[in-house]
Amino acid sequence: MKWLILRRISQLTILTLFLLGPLAGIWIVRGNLAGSMTLGVLPLTDPLALLQTMVAGHTPATTALFGALIVMALYLFVGGRVFCAWICPVNIITDSGEWLNKRLGFKHAGSTGPGLRYWLLAMVIVLAGLTGMATWETVNPTNVMARSLIFASSGAIWMAAFLFIMALLIKGGWCRICPTGALYSLLGYASLLKVSATNRENCDNCKACYQVCPEPQVLVDPLKTTTISPVIRSGQCTNCGRCIDVCGQDVFRFASRF
Amino acid sequence: MKQANNPTKPEISSRRQFLASSATAACGVALFGLGGCVGSDESGVMLRPPGASKEFLSACIRCGQCVRACPYNTLKLVSLFGKGGTGSPHYEPRQIPCEMCENLPCIKACPTGALDPELTDVNKAKMGIAVLVDQETCLNYLGLRCGVCYRACPSIDKAITLDAQHNQRSGKHTLFLPKVHSDHCTGCGKCEKSCVLETPAIKVLPRDLAKGELGHHYRLGWEEKQKKGKSLIPEALDLPDRMPEFSPLSHDEVKP
Amino acid sequence: MKLSRRKFIKANAVAATAVAAGMSIPKAEALAKEGDLDIRWDKAPCRFCGTGCSVLVGTKNGRMVASQGDPDAPVNRGLNCIKGYFLSKIMYGRDRLKTPMLRKRNGKYDKEGEFTPVSWDEAFDIMAVKFKEAIKKKGPTSVGMFGSGQWTIFEGYAASKLIKGGFRSNNLDPNARHCMASAVAGFIRTFGSDEPMGCYDDLEYADGFVLWGSNMAEMHPILWSRLTDRRLTAPHVKVAVLSTFENRGYELADLTLTFKPQTDLYILNFIANYIVQNNAVNEDFVAKHATFKQGNTDIGYGLRPTDPREKAAKNAKKAGGSKDITFAEYKKFISQFTLEKTSKETGVPEANLVELAKMYADPKRKIVSYWTMGFNQHTRGTWANNLIYNIHLLTGKISEPGNGPFSLTGQPSACGTAREVGTFAHRLPADLVVKKEAHRTFTEKIWKLPKGTLNGKVGYHAVLQNRMLKDGKLNAYWVMCNNNMQAGPNFNDEAYPGYRNPENFIVVTDPYPTVTAMAADLMLPTAMWAEKEGAYGNAERRSQFWRQQVKPPGEAKSDLWQLVEFSKRFKVEEVWPEDLIAQKPEYRGKTLYDILFANGQIDKFPKQKVTDAVGNVYDSDEMDHFGYYLQKGIYEEYRLFGLQGPKKGHELGSFDDYHKSRGLRWPVVDGKETLWRYREGYDPHVAKGSGIQFYGNKDNKARIFALPYEPPAEMPDKEYDLWLCTGRVLEHWHTGSMTQRVPELYRAVPNAVLFMNPEDAKSRGLRRGMTAKISTRRGMIEASIETRGRNRMPKGMVFLPFFDARRLANKLTLDATCPISKETDYKKCAVKVERTKA
Repeated sequence: MKWLILRRISQLTILTLFLLGPLAGIWIVRGNLAGSMTLGVLPLTDPLALLQTMVAGHTPATTALFGALIVMALYLFVGGRVFCAWICPVNIITDSGEWLNKRLGFKHAGSTGPGLRYWLLAMVIVLAGLTGMATWETVNPTNVMARSLIFASSGAIWMAAFLFIMALLIKGGWCRICPTGALYSLLGYASLLKVSATNRENCDNCKACYQVCPEPQVLVDPLKTTTISPVIRSGQCTNCGRCIDVCGQDVFRFASRF
Repeated sequence: MKQANNPTKPEISSRRQFLASSATAACGVALFGLGGCVGSDESGVMLRPPGASKEFLSACIRCGQCVRACPYNTLKLVSLFGKGGTGSPHYEPRQIPCEMCENLPCIKACPTGALDPELTDVNKAKMGIAVLVDQETCLNYLGLRCGVCYRACPSIDKAITLDAQHNQRSGKHTLFLPKVHSDHCTGCGKCEKSCVLETPAIKVLPRDLAKGELGHHYRLGWEEKQKKGKSLIPEALDLPDRMPEFSPLSHDEVKP
Repeated sequence: MKLSRRKFIKANAVAATAVAAGMSIPKAEALAKEGDLDIRWDKAPCRFCGTGCSVLVGTKNGRMVASQGDPDAPVNRGLNCIKGYFLSKIMYGRDRLKTPMLRKRNGKYDKEGEFTPVSWDEAFDIMAVKFKEAIKKKGPTSVGMFGSGQWTIFEGYAASKLIKGGFRSNNLDPNARHCMASAVAGFIRTFGSDEPMGCYDDLEYADGFVLWGSNMAEMHPILWSRLTDRRLTAPHVKVAVLSTFENRGYELADLTLTFKPQTDLYILNFIANYIVQNNAVNEDFVAKHATFKQGNTDIGYGLRPTDPREKAAKNAKKAGGSKDITFAEYKKFISQFTLEKTSKETGVPEANLVELAKMYADPKRKIVSYWTMGFNQHTRGTWANNLIYNIHLLTGKISEPGNGPFSLTGQPSACGTAREVGTFAHRLPADLVVKKEAHRTFTEKIWKLPKGTLNGKVGYHAVLQNRMLKDGKLNAYWVMCNNNMQAGPNFNDEAYPGYRNPENFIVVTDPYPTVTAMAADLMLPTAMWAEKEGAYGNAERRSQFWRQQVKPPGEAKSDLWQLVEFSKRFKVEEVWPEDLIAQKPEYRGKTLYDILFANGQIDKFPKQKVTDAVGNVYDSDEMDHFGYYLQKGIYEEYRLFGLQGPKKGHELGSFDDYHKSRGLRWPVVDGKETLWRYREGYDPHVAKGSGIQFYGNKDNKARIFALPYEPPAEMPDKEYDLWLCTGRVLEHWHTGSMTQRVPELYRAVPNAVLFMNPEDAKSRGLRRGMTAKISTRRGMIEASIETRGRNRMPKGMVFLPFFDARRLANKLTLDATCPISKETDYKKCAVKVERTKA
């Protein structure tokens, strides 16, 4: 449970940092997940949002560019989809939906392939070009969710309900098709910090890791194909560490990609 | 049709099916996004923070930092189902107008340049333009001495002036008609906020909606003359008018 | 539980915020247009300024639901300013006082107790005890009253009778003291009779207007509209505006003069000198109608006698004194006010000074001079008034259509009630004064009082009342129809301490829990404006009457009811010495009510139905309660002063005529109004063939005064480095107790802001919109900085409106007055403005 708890702490800390300003008047971070400024010196920008504005024809100011570069550099280091597992508030909702699904024990009404997210990512970028604006940001559940929470908008309830039901009905919920996650996963293919099935020889095929993994397809090869590296190289891995938590045989651990 | 018996067919079929379903789903989501965007985007009546260009929505990442920077809580983010681009900043003058901070904190907070950092003088902001939309209910048009909008205007006597006209009905009072001057009006909306009517008679509208455009071929003679400081053409010959000997009109008086 | 000053201010701020944030919207708003059919319409003068616009009041089901400008009213022809537009809402603030509230602890009155609802009986019981106690202990001068230029004529008269005739105290002063006492003193000193000679018709006859310290554009909006129309429709008309900062009057002005505070005295003398130097004196007029006087100088500042500035002043005790001089001596005196010197001292360019002087000097240009608080609230306010008359007298431009000096009033009945009825500490009705024995004797005759009842010593004026409360010499005090804690100067040092002095009992009558009411020991709820029958007199001597349109809420009773009913609590033996009673043994055992009101004169008009021309019937709560037509009785007795009094020219029409008319301008003689006083043909009192008679003075002549420049009481120095001027805004009326309760007006101008020159702000590290600390030697408040907008300040000067109960401007002001008129100078003191600690 260690990594799960740490992730929840991380997710809530990020939200709290954003909310300290409006609620307590302690302004550490201003803005939301699309763009923020920490202590007046550290800009952070959602690369996808910025990419859309660029495709739409806007030349962004340096602050935003720096912000996006910092974000990308960070994820290149700690793992692309670390955002999904450690930052994004949608993760909590998707996990809750999944949890209820398991509790009720009913079959998912459908599932989505892991490749769909890239189609969506492409569509988002094309759409920005076609419409000349960051169209996706109107509905982007990731940013809408964070923004609505941070700016105390009633939209938070609607978006949370939508995401929750989606996770209840479809395996992996929004997180499996999210274009933001897709973009980060591209970074993830090259990122430094990885989960590795280092002790895969101890695996007793209990399948617990497959059960908990949000992207189980990433586990198959590193765990089972002994001819390749045990490092989970797929960018789709979110570095959530659930497999590390649940494995009775201590197969997994965080490691460098090398 | 021979291919139909090919043992690999189910696999291909499922892959195709998968691709098809994926594409359909993608398009669906895209349409959902587009629909949401187009349906909710009425940027035509949205008032944006200072420095926002016409292409504001192409540049704004909706991070809300301008909203946080606004000391008067003027700026708000459009809510999820709100019109004008969910999550983008705007203001409603009747609720909270722009106080025209000299230091433009909203622009300073904008990371993307969607709010133009080149704008450093708030007086040059063009957020919208005040329009006296209803002359029938404007109390000044009715002859009352209201003028609340005029006095609320931070650029009083420049952005709003009172055009004084004789009140024909009362015979001895003045109609002080508010007139907005677009080269000075920033669209801050203090006028709309302060209008004492139940529904304001003066409202801030986006400039492209509110401004007329004079034919490019035409010049205003009196303004051209004023600009040049004299007539554009040299004085023309003017012969004296023939008058009866004892005219009640002295020649000087009829001449302009 | 001692109510500390800080706590008090805090409580007030909270109350003010609550009022502002949660105003009740009158149900009347839901009124649909078709409902108009059942609305009863009747006329009433506007509740606000001294312009005296008339409105039609629409009532339905006992509630005022609508209003309209009276299209047939000569003043406003159906128009209103934005305050008048909202008249139908002023009576319906959510926090109207509906029952008397007494400070109590453990069921008993306690100065430090909490406000608790009590019955009228209980309220009057404790009041009577306190008033009797004070009179018994320290004599009549230990009781007093602070009244109002918003009182109806009847109320002012009843108050004067009760306090001066009944309690035998002259400590009755109206808030009009803060407003136009200097105009009064000026008129009396120059003409021997109060109030302007001209009327609003001058607006359509003049060729030039000069505004001296009057932001008429905001403060007299409908008159400004008329003035502007004259300027528009007659292109030769010129408008000059003088002020210490750029106000809204500058929008129209052809000529503006922004002068350094107090230096208007230079400009006034310079113009007179210019007129003399350029042979523009109307020699014939001056020879026939004027004499010359040299006024005493070095007259102090009306501060406490212990103040070094008072001690140093040679003539502080003889401020109003003067000696006769010749025209030649006068000419010599004013010759020192040269163009160069005046320009240097005032900061006004020479060209502007000359242009203004020419307007007056040009014999073909008819000129009206208007002024308001810039002149009147001035430590040399009486002088300023005298000096403007000088100019009109030297040129003979007076008392005829389009020519004359005209003081504008800020309150609806500053003229009608405060001045004409004479509710000042030194006055009696119809221009009579307490100092003159003949005047007292006449008054005692009309009032059927024993000889010697009236006190011959001038009572405590407004500022002195506060000082005497603080010093414990004035102990039983009734404040009615004003908000003097917010409007009076130097709140911290001179207003609040007296109210909370344990020796004193303070009663405040008001419709709303104002700052003043909250500082009192007993709050009495009152009927306001159309909730009672009333009469107001505006600035052009026009008296206007109205009927009771609706019932007051809850237990609220009109000021008139309170004054008359309270008089029943006093047996004559409890307040008068035996020798007085001995003169009129029939009064023995009687109450003050029997002597003052049920005197066979006031109670002689029996109960009747009050109806209008179309037969609508109106309430008359006072008539129902007292059993006779109280207002009519009071009015007809008051009218005797004008008809029979020793000062001529104050005749009023009959009660019934006023109810039928849209106001009449006095003197009303032989069924005719008077538009221009002192001029043959216009004024019935001017003898045939004399042309002009300033009959207020025995020699029928006016006085031209030689008066110099003297510096103000306080000037900016190193520490307090700016001038502070306080004043008003169009949207709010005075202390805002009515207009701040109108949601729309509140929204239009919610807070008082400090108007400041942008460079002054910058040099103090302040930006527009920032909250600044504003402090004087007397107190500190915080308000946000405004460097643009309606008032443009010259460097070195700031302006703060006083309507905002959360930012009490009068914590800052100095209680220096004109030593002659005793009117506070709210326009000049030294202030510093700093950044608040972020």
